[in-house]
Amino acid sequence: MSGEAFNLLSVLLGLLLMSTQTTDAKISEDIRCKCICPPYKDVEGQIYKQNVSLKDCTCLHVVVPMPVDGKDVEAYCLRCECKYEERSSGIIKVTIIIYLSILGLLLLYMVYLTLLEPMLKRRLFGHSQLIENNDDVGDQQPFANAHNVLSRSASRPNMLNKVEHAQQRWRRQVQEQRKSVFDRHVVLS
Amino acid sequence: MESEQLFNRKGYYRNSYNSIASASSDEELLDGAGVVMDFHTSEDDNLLDGDATSPGSNYAMSNGGGVVSSTTHLLDFLEEPIPGVGTYDDFHTIDWVREKCKDRERHRKINAKKKESAWEFTKSLYDAWSGWLVVTLTGLASGALAGLIDIAADWLNDIKEGICLNAMWFNHEQCCWGSNETTFAERDKCPQWKSWAGLILGQEEGPGSYIMNYFMYIYWALSFAFLAVLLVKVFAPYACGSGIPEIKTILSGFIIRGYLGKWTLLIKTVTLVLAVASGLSLGKEGPLVHVACCCGNIFSYLFPKYSKNEAKKREVLSAASAAGVSVAFGAPIGGVLFSLEEVSYYFPLKTLWRSFFAALVAAFVLRSINPFGNSRLVLFYVEYHTPWYLFELIPFILLGVFGGLWGAFFIKANIAWCRRRKSTRFGKYPVLEVIFVAAITAVVAFPNPYTRQNTSELIKELFTDCGPLESSQLCQYRSQMNGSKAFVDAMPNKPAGPGVYAAMWQLCLALIFKIIMTIFTFGLKVPAGLFIPSMAIGAIAGRIVGIAVEQLAYYHHDWLVFREWCEVGTDCITPGLYAMVGAAACLGGVTRMTVSLVVIVFELTGGLEYIVPLMAAVMTSKWVGDAFGREGIYEAHIRLNGYPFLDAKEEFTHTTLARDVMRPQRSDPPLAVLTQDDLTVVELQGIISETSYNGFPVIVSKESQRLVGFALRRDITIAIENARRKQEGILLTSRVYFTQHAPTLPADSPRPLKLRSILDMSPFTVTDHTPMEIVVDVFRKLGLRQCLVTHNGNVLGIITKKNILAHLEELKEHTAPLASAWYYHKKRYPTSHGPDGKSRPRQHHVQLVPSFPGRQHSDDDEESEEEVMHLLDGRSFTL
Repeated sequence: MSGEAFNLLSVLLGLLLMSTQTTDAKISEDIRCKCICPPYKDVEGQIYKQNVSLKDCTCLHVVVPMPVDGKDVEAYCLRCECKYEERSSGIIKVTIIIYLSILGLLLLYMVYLTLLEPMLKRRLFGHSQLIENNDDVGDQQPFANAHNVLSRSASRPNMLNKVEHAQQRWRRQVQEQRKSVFDRHVVLS
Repeated sequence: MESEQLFNRKGYYRNSYNSIASASSDEELLDGAGVVMDFHTSEDDNLLDGDATSPGSNYAMSNGGGVVSSTTHLLDFLEEPIPGVGTYDDFHTIDWVREKCKDRERHRKINAKKKESAWEFTKSLYDAWSGWLVVTLTGLASGALAGLIDIAADWLNDIKEGICLNAMWFNHEQCCWGSNETTFAERDKCPQWKSWAGLILGQEEGPGSYIMNYFMYIYWALSFAFLAVLLVKVFAPYACGSGIPEIKTILSGFIIRGYLGKWTLLIKTVTLVLAVASGLSLGKEGPLVHVACCCGNIFSYLFPKYSKNEAKKREVLSAASAAGVSVAFGAPIGGVLFSLEEVSYYFPLKTLWRSFFAALVAAFVLRSINPFGNSRLVLFYVEYHTPWYLFELIPFILLGVFGGLWGAFFIKANIAWCRRRKSTRFGKYPVLEVIFVAAITAVVAFPNPYTRQNTSELIKELFTDCGPLESSQLCQYRSQMNGSKAFVDAMPNKPAGPGVYAAMWQLCLALIFKIIMTIFTFGLKVPAGLFIPSMAIGAIAGRIVGIAVEQLAYYHHDWLVFREWCEVGTDCITPGLYAMVGAAACLGGVTRMTVSLVVIVFELTGGLEYIVPLMAAVMTSKWVGDAFGREGIYEAHIRLNGYPFLDAKEEFTHTTLARDVMRPQRSDPPLAVLTQDDLTVVELQGIISETSYNGFPVIVSKESQRLVGFALRRDITIAIENARRKQEGILLTSRVYFTQHAPTLPADSPRPLKLRSILDMSPFTVTDHTPMEIVVDVFRKLGLRQCLVTHNGNVLGIITKKNILAHLEELKEHTAPLASAWYYHKKRYPTSHGPDGKSRPRQHHVQLVPSFPGRQHSDDDEESEEEVMHLLDGRSFTL
């Protein structure tokens, strides 16, 4: 009984220890104390960085090895400026990954919209549809008709149709925006 | 009968009335004759009884059904409201008055229901809190997005130079975070960070690696710029530019659909990072305001209070723009003031508090993300503690003059360039233009270390004062310190070393480069802000001036000005402070902001004692800039694009009357009006399809031109469509009526269509002799969209916001300088004087003609004068 309890306790303690260790590891990576020491007598200027907590962020703790002798240490340390800095590498990492994946998705979608989709449409609907589309002078989007046909003929589930419809609407909006920004120059020039 | 005589005389006014009267049957406006006589006819009685347009009766008036109909505005509770009525088309102006009425109405309804049940009470609480909720969400989102943009832009910017080998998501500084290999002189070098040359060629130094780095720099810059413009073009064209001119216009009541939408937000965020990283001479501060406003708009859709009311939505957007500046500069108070001074149009105290709160939340979020690792919200946060001296005001004011000159020059040049882009074929190639500008920027920027680095970093370096800890080239003074000299905390003024001289000419080149490139960059079809480049230019100029003054003080410390306070070996000139003042001055010259700018810069530095130099420089720069042209860059862009923005700051100083501005003018086709009960659906549709007007005054009948109300085109079309779908028996020949009760019709006629619910029965009206001064003021203060012009209660014409803007533009172009003050004052209200027949018509004539040079006025001046006089006399008689 007591042995089991002890075991449990030790496991718990171990877990606690491990978690504190991991947080320690995280902290030691994400904090630093940076001391900038200007040139002093014949000692070159130097930058020291240590992973120490805020209360230890002083010249005496951080500047090792001390480049000057005992009597000059105080004078040397007076000139050093020590700053405690924190960052969150996790947030940076996640941010960059999120950013790159959004960028990548957008690029893929762009490639799909501009290159792949016209090709697919051509294969799906053959020649006649294309000619019909080309006749449509006022319509700037070559797939508008195709999409209409698609949504009408295909008895897909409602959700898909809705998405299709939303996409269609969005595309018409972008088309309109493009016209007003790049062609007619009525806004944002 | 007086008026009849009047109008039947030949001449000035009859023509216009005849032209109105000669219209087709439905649209015609008869001349005023007989109308006054009509006053007690049954029709007008009907009007008064049925419509109750008398003041004071517009609330809680009980109508025929015995139901309490609360207002005369839009909602007629006898019928269910038609969906879509009361919304606006794209590129239209909202009616603030109508929106505010709608909101009060909604509020009353909720308040009335509040006591009914606990659920209703909760709903009312939710409604009351939704304002704070939406600004909280906006603040959270804009803070988080600003953090994302900061981190990603920093990283991507450093990708141009190299990559962090052990953790590729770190930028240069973060890469060398814990490295102890950095030296005092080259504190950004560490083995973990590899330049592209080092990675590809295997050597960090040498001409070969320089060329390799140069090539990679250009390659990345070009590809970032290309990606940015491509994404903007494919997904969201509205994401380009700084966005502040458009947000100003939107806040003043313009609708640009999709400008603050989801895709704009996404693309603006993504491409802003790319654009900043591509090294183009642009900043992220202006677009951040746009991003924050997108957040505000998107979150306002969650709350019916804001999603259904355009005026209320604009309150959220005001708060959002404050949050945007708050995170862009780390200046929450500055953000609130920016929203108040620069972008907002309607800014009640409630919005001020919400802006304050949004700015607070956004700054808090950004601070906890800590994007720069310096526990600050901006990269270029600096702290000074050195005092300044009275004499230094002279260089500060000189910097202000420079800032004003730069601002005026920049606005002129940039607008000229943008106009070229707008009007010529050259604007057809936005992608090529961006690539071209990016290529030039990259090629020229790389050799100069001050242009190669990130502009924010450049500003930081220029702001930072030289201390013993600094090792940059700017701080390489010839050292006089030897070891035996006592330790001094501050750096005394010292002669400049070769490093400083080298830095000086590099800075001069950088200044020229930045000035030229910024002109061509602002207006590219990528997200591009103006704050950072302007600040950089000012900071460079300021630093140069600062170093010059410092050297002057060193070499001529016996001069009278320096002798008293600048002794040898003391630190009396702070070049970094000059850089900061210069930055503020240039930004002030370009944007013409004053209070908010000083507060923003003050929050950047956290030193209260520098407020006076900043104020002096910013004020000077505004004065100098205003001497060359009164509008800031944002107003200039608004005017270039022709947005309907009525600037509240400008004064209207002309003496035209409402009659001169209203449509129709005498050469125009007559005003299209609707009659209240004798139109059929097909006739109404005919009027709507033949004209392109956005609204139609509704009058009593063809004979009596009295005003009943105003109906918007969009509402009419929606209502007709809705009725034909949902109501039985509505045919093309159905009678349309706007009155309370259906008109008496022959027995075999189809069911009539009641459109009273869409009729605005309290349209704003002015008389035709109202001075435009007052009309403009009314438009500005109430945020009207249109205003009807009446004469003796009859509809004469209409003035819209766009008419007023066109009128202002016309006056700006054509009129000579104004008459002197007394003259102006004397002739301001011609009709309010007594029957002083001699001088008044002359004044009147003088007013009318020069302001409308395009108008055909009769050669016989005497006659028209007389005509006017008679008109006036007749008017005073009949009233």
